[in-house]
Amino acid sequence: MSQATAEATLPFEEALAAYDPVLGLEVHVELGTNTKMFCGCATAFGAEPNSQVCPVCLGLPGALPVVNEKGVESAIRIGLALNCEIASWCRFARKNYFYPDMPKNFQTSQYDEPIAFNGHLDVELADGSTYRVEIERAHMEEDTGKSLHVGGSTGRIHGATHSLVDYNRAGIPLIEIVTKPMTGAGERAPEIAKAYVATLRDLLKALAVSDVKMEQGSMRCDVNLSLMPKDSTTFGIRSETKNVNSLRSVERAVRYEIGRHAAILSSGGKVTQETRHWHEDTGITTAGREKSDAEDYRYFPEPDLVPVAPSTEMVEALRATLPEPPAARRKRLQSAWGYSDLEMRDVVNAGLVDLIDETVTAGATPAGARKWWSGEIARRANDAGSDVPTYAASLAVTPAHVVELESLVTGGRLNDAMARQVWDGVLAGEGTPTAVADARGLELVQDTGALQAAVDKVIAANPDVAQKVRDGKVQAAGALIGQVMKEMKGQADAAAARQLILDTLVG
Amino acid sequence: MTNELITASAADLAARLAAREISSAELTQACLDRTAAVDGVVHSYLHVDAEGALAAARAIDERRAAGESLPTLAGVPIAVKDVMTTKGLPTTCGSKILEGWIPPYDSTVVTRLKAAGMPILGKTNLDEFAMGSSTEHSAYGPSRNPWDLDRIPGGSGGGSSSVIASFQAPLATGTDTGGSIRQPAAVTGTVGTKPTYGGVSRYGLVALASSLDQAGPCARTVLDTALLHEVMAGHDPMDSTSIDAPVPAVVEAARRADVSGMKIGIIRELTGDGFQAGVQQRFDEAVQHLVDAGAEVVEVSCPSFTYALAAYYLILPSEASSNLAKFDAMRYGMRVAPQGIDDPSAEQVMAATRDAGFGDEVKRRIILGTYALSSGYYDAYYGSAQKVRRLIADDFTRSFEAADVLVSPTAPTTAFAFGDKIDDPMAMYLNDIATIPANLAGVPGMSLPSGLAPEDGLPVGFQILAPAMQDQRLYAVGAALEARLLSAWGAPLLHSAPDLTAAGKGA
Repeated sequence: MSQATAEATLPFEEALAAYDPVLGLEVHVELGTNTKMFCGCATAFGAEPNSQVCPVCLGLPGALPVVNEKGVESAIRIGLALNCEIASWCRFARKNYFYPDMPKNFQTSQYDEPIAFNGHLDVELADGSTYRVEIERAHMEEDTGKSLHVGGSTGRIHGATHSLVDYNRAGIPLIEIVTKPMTGAGERAPEIAKAYVATLRDLLKALAVSDVKMEQGSMRCDVNLSLMPKDSTTFGIRSETKNVNSLRSVERAVRYEIGRHAAILSSGGKVTQETRHWHEDTGITTAGREKSDAEDYRYFPEPDLVPVAPSTEMVEALRATLPEPPAARRKRLQSAWGYSDLEMRDVVNAGLVDLIDETVTAGATPAGARKWWSGEIARRANDAGSDVPTYAASLAVTPAHVVELESLVTGGRLNDAMARQVWDGVLAGEGTPTAVADARGLELVQDTGALQAAVDKVIAANPDVAQKVRDGKVQAAGALIGQVMKEMKGQADAAAARQLILDTLVG
Repeated sequence: MTNELITASAADLAARLAAREISSAELTQACLDRTAAVDGVVHSYLHVDAEGALAAARAIDERRAAGESLPTLAGVPIAVKDVMTTKGLPTTCGSKILEGWIPPYDSTVVTRLKAAGMPILGKTNLDEFAMGSSTEHSAYGPSRNPWDLDRIPGGSGGGSSSVIASFQAPLATGTDTGGSIRQPAAVTGTVGTKPTYGGVSRYGLVALASSLDQAGPCARTVLDTALLHEVMAGHDPMDSTSIDAPVPAVVEAARRADVSGMKIGIIRELTGDGFQAGVQQRFDEAVQHLVDAGAEVVEVSCPSFTYALAAYYLILPSEASSNLAKFDAMRYGMRVAPQGIDDPSAEQVMAATRDAGFGDEVKRRIILGTYALSSGYYDAYYGSAQKVRRLIADDFTRSFEAADVLVSPTAPTTAFAFGDKIDDPMAMYLNDIATIPANLAGVPGMSLPSGLAPEDGLPVGFQILAPAMQDQRLYAVGAALEARLLSAWGAPLLHSAPDLTAAGKGA
């Protein structure tokens, strides 16, 4: 019963010629606390269904919630990192609606008293400029269970014969981060949306509050979008595209919705206020639940919980635990490593900052670290559909390997070509660089006798070239060096060979 | 012998158990025998656990025989209101929707009873989800007043009041959201206390209205009530609203029974008009007894009490509508297939189950609460009610500056007859006019018998109210009054109640 038929869309440039997009992003982040938001149940991902549950998160009669202090601390740290004000007193609220995967048929959330509000996050764009995203609020809530619809072809509820519910996820702490409407983005709206989510992800990772794995749902993004005519300042009717769960999809979904809204508006139609489903495979959205203002969650303050009232001392103590903001850190590292803007951007885009930082800290040169992590291994990671840090971890290749490899070169045991062979061996799982070099018998020949013999042989075989060198054309020695290296099967230091040739011919 | 065991006070029984004059097994058996003889007509119990109670009694006897030092009430059996979860024992809340549900966990109160070595005799009847003043709203039929089987035993805790008034148990637990411990105590000639909000854990107490519910003790004497209060009370980390402070010295206060120099405040708004003549008369006499015992009487005014009932019937249904949302047939309890629908959705099953499983009064309050919380009405209803609540708390604060305790009749009338108010919800609600303010303000209250109304020969209740966390004052005043009344009467009031075994034989 999949009826994901695409609606009409206007080409992107045409849409933007007539309309200004207004963008809003709601990001849900699962906190990486060991226990759930309101009970002591474990939060491990991928556990046996309904194995991490108790009377509280199952909503059994009589059970009561107790706030996870770690969850509150994480929420405050996120708020501070987003430059928000922190509420000195706030409450949880009940959001009432019926759904089988919601044990109590209300979600314990926050309504008009969020823990953090009025912040901003500066986002760097590809052209080096910065866009400031204003943050409306960040609030605490609990996740719902997960429904699995069985018997249908699509995994959706339509056509399913029955549904199974896993309550392991019910009660996992969530932080919802809501932006203010972003205006003036124009054609950069898709890029800004993607860059915001990427920047937020890096920030949350640096805070170590979540594993921010979009593919596992620990970070989920809803895209709100509306268009207004170029000469207007009145916001149009928005759509809410749910669960856009990769950076690429965020960009695509914004682009698609701009085109879809523009097609409706330009033909004189009216956009329906509704939630939309994002289809990763086809790159389109389809209509979900219609969301009128009549939808009424009957929010009221949660009477089973006491207010959260973080003291100024607590907030300041948490502020002191904030890591260096990712953008500032990148600037500092770029300057320390001496990378060009282009080199740094490549390193950032490849997700190599942490790995290079560790490698340099372990003793490698910045140039060496960049060279080894962005070369062959990056190509292989890409082929495997992975990123370098994940791929390197799966191969058990570490910064220490890079340091060791580099020291073999600087110590004179390997030349560059040999080092590449050794690195291949390390990536193939043959062991440490030293072990690979030993096993493959790779070592520059330090024995001058053997090298002298090779030089003499090559000079004898190339009297014309030798004469040119004797006549002062030093650059002609290059041809001889190549032959000497060949004679030595690559296991010679080219510089040493050159010196010996000159010594022999010129004295 | 048997007869004497069942009429003895818990304090007396505890002393004789400690002295090994009697065993818990023989005492528990005596209670069970009494139940077999009279509960056919009184119908206090929804479930009797003879086997479990006797096993627990024997275990305590063995521990005592082994010389173990045991808590004061160890071996004294108790009946538990069927709104508190009991691991392995049915918990229905007087509702069809929970028929057959066996909780997998004990409420904190029950955990404490078990830790105190108290055998649990069974689960007592109540108005469905504690909504009512008569037990006529129990889905399993009403309990009867031992003083007159055609009259109500009070509600919601009519099972607990009648179980002790009919000598089936020396002690019982209750819960009080608007008077459900105190009003049943008043109409059955027994004693009951609603502790300070947060004084007794609500964990495992199936919530009616979270901000009003409070569990407390039911007994036949003030000292027995204090002994049970001490077992039930105390901080519980599983309940966020539980007070983290030492339990007030209630037993000590009950033993001292000293009111000399205390100021007793008569609440002007809760006397005179609207109170049955005999109720008012016994109230006035009780106040005179306190004066004779050395107390000073002052009059206080609580003008906002006029609005208490209205505020209560907005706050309670609002919270209840959300608390009762969890009964949806998805995880436990009743499940009803909707009629005439071949392949019903989860939502249709929820609706059919809630329609079949809830009684009229529950539905009435869910509808009221859903309406009061609706967008557009929230401020006018729920919001205004919260303001009234604040004003009532202010009335208490001001009055407690003039008086150490406040007093009033517990209920406007003696026990009414079955059917009298069942079709007139407002008349039923008005029965709680004197008890509701304490729940709205979170202050503690007690009801104890002040005699029989001359016009109908039925028990009259005397209510004492104290500031939050000053529960011991209830017991000082209650015990002093009880001592004076007992010497005036010559025997406990309940000794003049009809002989139920005769009625049982007749039935």
